[in-house]
Amino acid sequence: MAEKLLIQAIHDGLDEAMAEDERVVIIGEDVGTRGGVFRVTDGLKEKYGPMRVVDSPLAESLIIGASVGMAANGMIPVPEIQFLDFSTPAMDQIMSEVARMRYRSNGDWGCPMVIRMPYGGGIHGALYHSQSIEAIYTHVPGLKVVAPIDPYDAKGMLREAIFDPDPVIFLEHKKAYRAIRADVPDEPYTVPIGKAKTLREGRDLTIISYGAYLYEALRAADEFVEEQGGSIEVLDLRSLKPLDSEAILNSVMKTGKALIVHEANRFGGIGGEIAAIIAEEAFAYLDGPVMRLTSPDVPAMPYSPPLEQAFLITKDDIRAAIERLSAF
Amino acid sequence: MATEARQVTSAFEAQEAPELDPDLMRRMLENMLLARAVDERMWQMNRAGEAPFAVSGQGHEAAQAGVAAALDTSKDWCVPYYRDITLSLAFGLTAKDLLLAQLARADDPSSGGRQMPNHFSSRKHRILSGSSVIATQIPHAAGIAFAAKARGEDSVTVVCFGEGATSQGDFHEGVNFATIYDLPVIFFCQNNEYAISVPTKLQMGVERVADRAAGYNMPGVRVDGLDAVEVYLVAREAVQRARSGGGPTLIEAMVRRFNPHSSDDDDRTYRPLEELEGLRADGPIRRTAGRLKEMGIIDDAWLEETQRRVRQEVNEATREAEAAPLPDPETFDRHVYFEG
Repeated sequence: MAEKLLIQAIHDGLDEAMAEDERVVIIGEDVGTRGGVFRVTDGLKEKYGPMRVVDSPLAESLIIGASVGMAANGMIPVPEIQFLDFSTPAMDQIMSEVARMRYRSNGDWGCPMVIRMPYGGGIHGALYHSQSIEAIYTHVPGLKVVAPIDPYDAKGMLREAIFDPDPVIFLEHKKAYRAIRADVPDEPYTVPIGKAKTLREGRDLTIISYGAYLYEALRAADEFVEEQGGSIEVLDLRSLKPLDSEAILNSVMKTGKALIVHEANRFGGIGGEIAAIIAEEAFAYLDGPVMRLTSPDVPAMPYSPPLEQAFLITKDDIRAAIERLSAF
Repeated sequence: MATEARQVTSAFEAQEAPELDPDLMRRMLENMLLARAVDERMWQMNRAGEAPFAVSGQGHEAAQAGVAAALDTSKDWCVPYYRDITLSLAFGLTAKDLLLAQLARADDPSSGGRQMPNHFSSRKHRILSGSSVIATQIPHAAGIAFAAKARGEDSVTVVCFGEGATSQGDFHEGVNFATIYDLPVIFFCQNNEYAISVPTKLQMGVERVADRAAGYNMPGVRVDGLDAVEVYLVAREAVQRARSGGGPTLIEAMVRRFNPHSSDDDDRTYRPLEELEGLRADGPIRRTAGRLKEMGIIDDAWLEETQRRVRQEVNEATREAEAAPLPDPETFDRHVYFEG
């Protein structure tokens, strides 16, 4: 057990799986000699060699397409797409091939792989290094999509994803890589895909979140409770598809008020899906409208500091939303 | 390497008596005859209103049978495209399997009726399931070959596609990757000169698909795809190169598309009438059978008997496929994810 940063936990999870199972292979741009542009795969090429930590050409469709073939021929590929923003050239392979291999072959073929992608902004990455377009992938049957942000969750879920026979999109918040610490066991352990985690228990209001804004939401909730009393429940979704509807509904049936906070753009973001589930299944329990606090419907996100700040959500924004919903 | 390869075809042409296994050659032609019979039956089923859609590979049989004959179907990999009836039969699917798919039956091994016909697949036979998207299978083949190479296996992967697919990014990305790692892949292009309605002069700036190979430092060969023996000889060298670690080869087999792109196409709207009328004057079966007869490997009696046998097989397969059940609607949502 040791306190680890998110980046360390993911690195250790990869190292552990590769040491244990020679089928596990990493492929992506700069993942080898450079150790990844964020250094997540640091040292792995020296340890496992160039045929297991593959510095790929600059070709995202190829990275995923070759991974499809590698998976078909007995490997467990863990391709890295350098930024979620760069996944668009690979989208055809992800949606038409990876997601559908099992269904279209009536279960004969599968496509076991973990597609790792850094996402999210607030790091002056501008319009093409900051996006949170995970809703595009949650929309596609056949994929699993996870976004753990706690280092303990990340290592455990990564192992679970690597040995999952289905393709998993594994999202890593780039701002959190070197910002979040937690105690992480050195030995192998798993965290289930499809289960949310309750960070705070409460009776008055439920905040449902994931990613970097989860921690802003926690701070806002703690501040509100300290000043106003009461209790606010905070759920870390961790897994977007499958979504832990049971945890969401149990919480909202208890509190009657739901506030969804996410960094992804508002329209078509996963907040809409969650709101619909709550409205359909827990309507009678609601004491107020299901609220969403999300990034605006503006391309994520502009570069110049005042523009980026205008885009981002702060603890105070979340606090104001809590107050509005509480007052209902 | 590219210069060497350009001379490949002329070396074969210069060869007086290339070493050929007569049994292999007969199996190769039989593969073609069975494929033609299946193909005709599938097309008939569509025209008779029994199947909503059909895709034909008539005119492509020699190209596919030739490359298949050069491979070891007990360990090599097949990444087909939608005209690969002959190739899929060579790798182990049966006439019945293809007709089950044509009629979208539950026991269709390729997809259980979930995909359109001609989306050949079988894990048991190392035939990778493909989509309807053009060229996405090319990086898949490179990945299969990468895994084989990483494990030190000597399997070869053949991936097929039309000339139109060589305009897609995935063709270039897949080929590029294979050449970096000298992967054991045969990139097998079946050039029938039309991508649906678009002729090759509007498809590419190069004269021949094989010319693209030079840009990747890979051998590229154009071959007469109507003569299965020629294709076999070219493919045999490419397979040997791949198996011995020499890397991939791009083979461009010139073929004819006897039928429109699919049963939903009408090629009279874009192909000149004289061209259409002259199409079947030359063809893979006529040419290959003629060549094998010349070499004394087959005679008319063998041809007649084999045609009779494949017709019987296809008729039996038709009866069985027609009698087979459609999928249970309750199963429509199975296998989205692993079910254990």
